[in-house]
Amino acid sequence: MYKVKVYVTLRESVLDPQGTAVKGALHSLSYTEVKDVRIGKFMELVIEESGRDINELVREMCEKLLANPVIEDYRYEIEEAVAR
Amino acid sequence: MSLLLEPSAAMIKEQKLYREMGLTDEEFARIEAILGRLPNYTETGIFAVMWSEHCSYKNSKPVLKKFPTDGPHVLQGPGEGAGIVDIGDGLAVAFKIESHNHPSAIEPYQGAATGVGGIIRDVFSMGARPIALLNSLRFGELTSPRVKYLFEQVVAGIAGYGNCVGIPTVGGEVQFDPAYEGNPLVNAMCVGIIRHEDIQRGIATGVGNTVMYVGAKTGRDGIHGATFASEELNEQSEAKRPAVQVGDPFMEKLLLEACLEAVKSDALVGIQDMGAAGLTSSSAEMASKGGFGIEMNLDLVPQREAGMTPYEMMLSESQERMLLVVKQGREAEIAAIFAKYGLEAKAIGKVTDDKMLRLFFRGEVAAEIPVDALAKDAPVYHKPSAEPAYYREFQAMPPYIPHIEDYNQTLLGLLAQPTIASKEWVYDQYDYMVRTNTVVAPGSDAAVVRIRGTNKALALTTDCNSRYLYLDPETGGKIAVAEAARNVVCSGAKPLAITDCLNFGSPEKPEIFWQLEKAVDGMSEACRALGTPVVSGNVSLYNETNGEAVYPTPVVGMVGLIDDLSHITTQSFKQAGDLIYVIGEAKPEFGGSELQKWLEGRIFGKAPEIDLEVEASRQRQLLAAIRAGVVASAHDIAEGGLAVALAECVMGASGLGAKVTIGGDLVSELFSETQSRFVVSVKKEQKEAFEQLVEAKQIGEVTDDGALVVNGEHGETLIHLSVAKMRNVWKGAIPCLLKSKD
Amino acid sequence: MKFAVVVFPGSNCDVDMYHAIADELGEEVEYVWHEEDNLDRFDAILLPGGFSYGDYLRSGAIARFSKVMAAVKKAAEAGKPVLGVCNGFQILLEAGLLPGAMRRNQGLKFICRPVQLTVENNETMFTSAYEKGEVITIPIAHGEGNYYCDEQTLERLVENRQIVFRYHGENPNGSLADIAGIVNERGNVLGMMPHPERAVDALLGSADGLKLFRSIVNYWRETHVVTA
Repeated sequence: MYKVKVYVTLRESVLDPQGTAVKGALHSLSYTEVKDVRIGKFMELVIEESGRDINELVREMCEKLLANPVIEDYRYEIEEAVAR
Repeated sequence: MSLLLEPSAAMIKEQKLYREMGLTDEEFARIEAILGRLPNYTETGIFAVMWSEHCSYKNSKPVLKKFPTDGPHVLQGPGEGAGIVDIGDGLAVAFKIESHNHPSAIEPYQGAATGVGGIIRDVFSMGARPIALLNSLRFGELTSPRVKYLFEQVVAGIAGYGNCVGIPTVGGEVQFDPAYEGNPLVNAMCVGIIRHEDIQRGIATGVGNTVMYVGAKTGRDGIHGATFASEELNEQSEAKRPAVQVGDPFMEKLLLEACLEAVKSDALVGIQDMGAAGLTSSSAEMASKGGFGIEMNLDLVPQREAGMTPYEMMLSESQERMLLVVKQGREAEIAAIFAKYGLEAKAIGKVTDDKMLRLFFRGEVAAEIPVDALAKDAPVYHKPSAEPAYYREFQAMPPYIPHIEDYNQTLLGLLAQPTIASKEWVYDQYDYMVRTNTVVAPGSDAAVVRIRGTNKALALTTDCNSRYLYLDPETGGKIAVAEAARNVVCSGAKPLAITDCLNFGSPEKPEIFWQLEKAVDGMSEACRALGTPVVSGNVSLYNETNGEAVYPTPVVGMVGLIDDLSHITTQSFKQAGDLIYVIGEAKPEFGGSELQKWLEGRIFGKAPEIDLEVEASRQRQLLAAIRAGVVASAHDIAEGGLAVALAECVMGASGLGAKVTIGGDLVSELFSETQSRFVVSVKKEQKEAFEQLVEAKQIGEVTDDGALVVNGEHGETLIHLSVAKMRNVWKGAIPCLLKSKD
Repeated sequence: MKFAVVVFPGSNCDVDMYHAIADELGEEVEYVWHEEDNLDRFDAILLPGGFSYGDYLRSGAIARFSKVMAAVKKAAEAGKPVLGVCNGFQILLEAGLLPGAMRRNQGLKFICRPVQLTVENNETMFTSAYEKGEVITIPIAHGEGNYYCDEQTLERLVENRQIVFRYHGENPNGSLADIAGIVNERGNVLGMMPHPERAVDALLGSADGLKLFRSIVNYWRETHVVTA
């Protein structure tokens, strides 16, 4: 059993209106040291051992569904989770 | 696991744990007497929610009885998911308004969203196709960051839910006043269309019939939401955050489509939304109305979380769930309909003949309560009522007449008051067009939605000027109904019926209970005078923050019928040269007016008077003229008086202006909020025909110069403003307040 | 001519699309549930607006894996007109039938209002009834209509005249190059954020969308003259 954490963010080159708005809000709260905010999605997947390479499997899912490669980047972390 | 941690029946009594659930000592004693034993934890919880004001109306019932609820066109009065009124052609309109004030104060986005979800389910549980949503919102002044946050999130929540389900949000009202600073009001109304033969009721009958559960799984959300809604807000309320449910509009859309298919099947006996107090209220109410009992096996209830107790399941307010009663042996037919939408209809129990609500959990009886004790025989209280001192003081005050020097600046100032200012910022976020029936979009007096397949349309509005109600709840109550009817009439419709949402403070206070009584008296009288019975409604009490009640706010949601699409009328002037008329005369009435609130920073004195006979007769005349085709535009005179009404008539038209002449007491003529008045424009060639039908005074003409010009009788210019300038101020006010930093 | 209105769980402009074709255009039209895998009996495919699968994850991301989408692809490859409006456009993007992607509106809010569009290319099967450069009024209603593609893609869109509609005057959502609607290279798949099906009856404010549907019918009549 694996626990996989997937992070999806807008690509650097793509404007992130939500991030821009949050940066503005932080600045108005006088956190002016904040230089950039990027907002993304965080997903936790619990995946059963299937014999397939877990890295390959997760990359495939990210590219097919979880992220849209036209505008989004993704990264992930894999933890071995102990079954309950 | 948590099952073991539940207090025993003896502990509940000895340590008076029922008090934490909102039950009084007397109520607990009554429960003991009903059961003939001590209730266990689950049973205590079930009684507590079912006997909360939110579910039982125990404090408001005696008052609600005063409402007229009958009429030849009423097919379903109060007591079901929604009221239903006949509109001819075998069709009827189902509608109801409901509050979600407390959840919205704590978590505004989800609170507002789930409020919309709940009212939609109330309407489709009747078998009606929801065709429109409206709302009525109250916030504090748009100057504090907290109020701005609440306002933005509530609007986003309403939009997020309604837009996704695909029901247009076509109208509503938003008002701002310090009285709502800590306790905003979020009332949502849903309107549906139904064929007479498809009307469903939330009823459980037929021994052995199957109780089926459909929709989202049950989680621990909103446990004690119903009792939470019946308490005052205080600093600890923030800590109660887990009580707020999260909405899933996608699930709602699937449930809506599946349920509307299921109601066509004669395998369905009854259907009800699992609203406040979820599984408990739906099962107990359906059984009580049907005169039967219900037995459910809680192990079969679809659960989102592990280890849920009977208490948690019965009190969960997870959203987007419905309870169905299905004819025995025909479960598969119903299940197949839901399966098409990816939903499971699961049998969890059956109808019995012993009028008991009996719950099984892990092979044991977890609760056993007579259904009538939970529903129709819940306690009723006659609260003491007392006229408040402030009312006597206000009544004794001499009339307030504002001192005005610059009429231009006064009008611009009024247009910038958030309560009067354009609500475009709000309704731009609502999909008001989906289903392509919205003929008159938000921004006119009432929204108009056509009924496909007929030549008819519905006019819909929500209204309540709570300032008048605070000054004088009885007069204010009359005005709330009358103003709603005025809006409906101005769009060319005959008012049919109302739904109401009574938002008040704590009924434990005699002064607040007096407000409730008087308001209902006034509303009832107006409903009789205008022929609009109350067919559904909701009560929200305990709207207080740290002991301060909101203004009495009985929001009126009205539905009117337009017989012929050609009768649809809007408030905007239509073409240069049209004659401008005013119906009704201005009196020096400024108590509770927008002008008084703006200039004095508070309201006081007497509310404007209203004569319901005059009101009814003017509405009849105007409607007759509209139906005769001799009215180009019609608008009621409300907050800000004639000056604001004229400004609204020109701002909605492109390139037009108006030139009018007024005499008499100028301040009253321009800004008084005297009731039962209208601004109407009429084509020149229809002058005689119009004047034969309506008693009105011609005051000027529509022009093509893009300016509003008001002159005095001696030719002096009182107001001269370009429409562009007024529109800038009027449209810019709310966005500007939201952007400004304090 | 026979139109299909594809219905995904969460579609909510399907009814509007249906009535636009049946009542205003007077052509044959049928709803097709997302689980169907054959669209051969239809001459044109319409993907309506709404919130398919709640727009959870990303607008259109889940719907594009529906069974019916393989059939939509097949219809597109066969050269049949395929029109995606709003959520339908988002699905076409996710499915790769059109280039680019959608971001949240620049103002971060859902926007519903009539907007003006310029007809940039009136030589497509969807726009032949319009004048070139004609300014039309069509409503928008979306939270994610902020179109994006990389520079090379944009260059190609311009070169091939694939940009069919642009916002006229104010750009409501921040979309790249004011793009409101694009076609594929072949010109038979159109995706647009504004709702032409909401602008087919003057009673509701505008009938400017009707010409779009008429163009499709005209195209079909011209190409089916022999068999007719």
